[in-house]
Amino acid sequence: MEVEFLTISKIHQGLLKKEFSAEELTRTYLEKIKSNEEKLGAFLEVCEDLALSQAREVDELIFQGREIPLLAGVPCAIKDNILVRGIKCTAGSKILENYVAPYDATCIKKLKKEKVVILGKTNLDEFAMGSSTEHSAFKITRNPHDLEKVAGGSSGGSAAAVGGGECCFSLGSDTGGSIRQPAAFCGVVGLKPTYGAVSRYGLIAFASSLDQIGPITKNIEDCEIVFNAIKGKDPRDSTSVEANLKSQIFRGPHSASSGMGQESNLKSITKISNLRVGIPKEYFGEGIDKRIREMIEEAIKKIEKEGAKIEEISLPHTKYALACYYIVATSEASANLARYDGIRYGMSYEISNLKSQISNLMDVYLKTRGEGFGQEVKRRIMLGTYALSAGYYEAYYLRAQKVRTLIKQDFEKNFEKVDFILTPVSPFLPFKIGEKIDDPLKMYLSDIFTVSSNLAGVPALSLPCGKVGELPVGVQIIGKPFSEPAIFQLGKFLEKIFGK
Amino acid sequence: MITKKEVQHVAKLARLGLSEKEIEKMQKELSVILEYIDLLKEVDVSEIKPTFHSVLIENVMREDEAKRESPQIINKLLDEAPSKEEGYVKVKEILK
Repeated sequence: MEVEFLTISKIHQGLLKKEFSAEELTRTYLEKIKSNEEKLGAFLEVCEDLALSQAREVDELIFQGREIPLLAGVPCAIKDNILVRGIKCTAGSKILENYVAPYDATCIKKLKKEKVVILGKTNLDEFAMGSSTEHSAFKITRNPHDLEKVAGGSSGGSAAAVGGGECCFSLGSDTGGSIRQPAAFCGVVGLKPTYGAVSRYGLIAFASSLDQIGPITKNIEDCEIVFNAIKGKDPRDSTSVEANLKSQIFRGPHSASSGMGQESNLKSITKISNLRVGIPKEYFGEGIDKRIREMIEEAIKKIEKEGAKIEEISLPHTKYALACYYIVATSEASANLARYDGIRYGMSYEISNLKSQISNLMDVYLKTRGEGFGQEVKRRIMLGTYALSAGYYEAYYLRAQKVRTLIKQDFEKNFEKVDFILTPVSPFLPFKIGEKIDDPLKMYLSDIFTVSSNLAGVPALSLPCGKVGELPVGVQIIGKPFSEPAIFQLGKFLEKIFGK
Repeated sequence: MITKKEVQHVAKLARLGLSEKEIEKMQKELSVILEYIDLLKEVDVSEIKPTFHSVLIENVMREDEAKRESPQIINKLLDEAPSKEEGYVKVKEILK
């Protein structure tokens, strides 16, 4: 069985027509993981027993002639900062090396209700802090399109697993680009939903006002299915909301929602010449790889040819987004990571070094955290602590939150005149393993086109739009808050015209 | 440029035990990053209100009720603690 090209609906059809059983399908993926993992390194843990028992349950339902959900029996992978009950959850950190999740994250509960098959947990930069997955305490994940290159990050394992055909879809988390950039690097689709659209309960917190869980998939249709399964208000995350999802972005007589078939869908969209797409000039200036710029410009031309109105717009505070992000994100992280103290759960230096002569509580903290966290995490805790400390709070943290207001207003103003904003996802192609690891600031620049959406809370999707040699390039669709259905509509249309 | 003393102070606030070498490295790296972040100083924010959350959230209230968990769950959570005794999490003495 060739599993590389299986999408959710194909799997669903295959199961219903009894072309394969869920167990056979799961075993095929497990074998693929076994033979592939040594070079790819996408998984931190494969949970074969759980996967097979979930698959057998689905087979039993089919055997009984019961109706099964669309996602039933679909093998997926979960970023290892999302809790799956009874399975280790390390966040890519030594400090949580032996931590076993005592409960399910809300999104996992929802996926289990849909009867998915969970194959395992995927690699990430420690606590999701990084842009290449090289900051994982455990292993390096390679790009399925070029094994010498990084898979991106921090959801590099989740993106590589989908791109490398080791699962049908995966979940990632995105604080400043951690779903979209690896999705672009690995040639797959990735969505950072509107802030609040998906519950963060059971996600190991990095920066709570920016974090969102989202799907990484092979195409837009799958992305929509998974998003619809995991979204919704959750009493256990008070920032989650019941989204009033807007689908009517394409106005005019030929609404894109008419017609179920692909053909009629395409037709209806090509006729809506009042679709307005904004191209922010700040995303095409200095620092972007010329080959990526040309490819995105080419994509824009194709969209224009189909009848959409392309407008050059300006998001004047783009220049400040990265600096703003690194203050907000690290400040929140320094508070969130205070819980790893060697006492409540996770690693304790005292316990793992029984011969050590630790006599007071302060030393338990210092030693545990000094030993348990990796370099990048320490750097960010330091930066965040500094930005929040007496004398610096106003100059750094408060100022950054004010700049954030301006960044958000840039989007609000422009969304009065355009329906979507189109940009590159990453300023550069997947880079060599080790290339940026010793220069934190250079690594941070990976996120230059993605952080703004997190600061503003708007949804953003990464979609493959072509390749430079073997290396995939992604285009980013940014929409108004809670406009995910419209983003999917546009995405499906673009998939077609990009010749997927 | 952040001073070595400042780095040591912040490390203590953050409860991070850093080696001498790490402190030196951190001093260099944080200085470079902070220099980049100084970019924010050129923005006029005098009339601007901060955005702590991207979506407008009002206080989310609920009844202040303790929810009982089963002993199994409680034990599971306790099991995660590195050091415990008689159903309590154990820490070093904090008062002499």
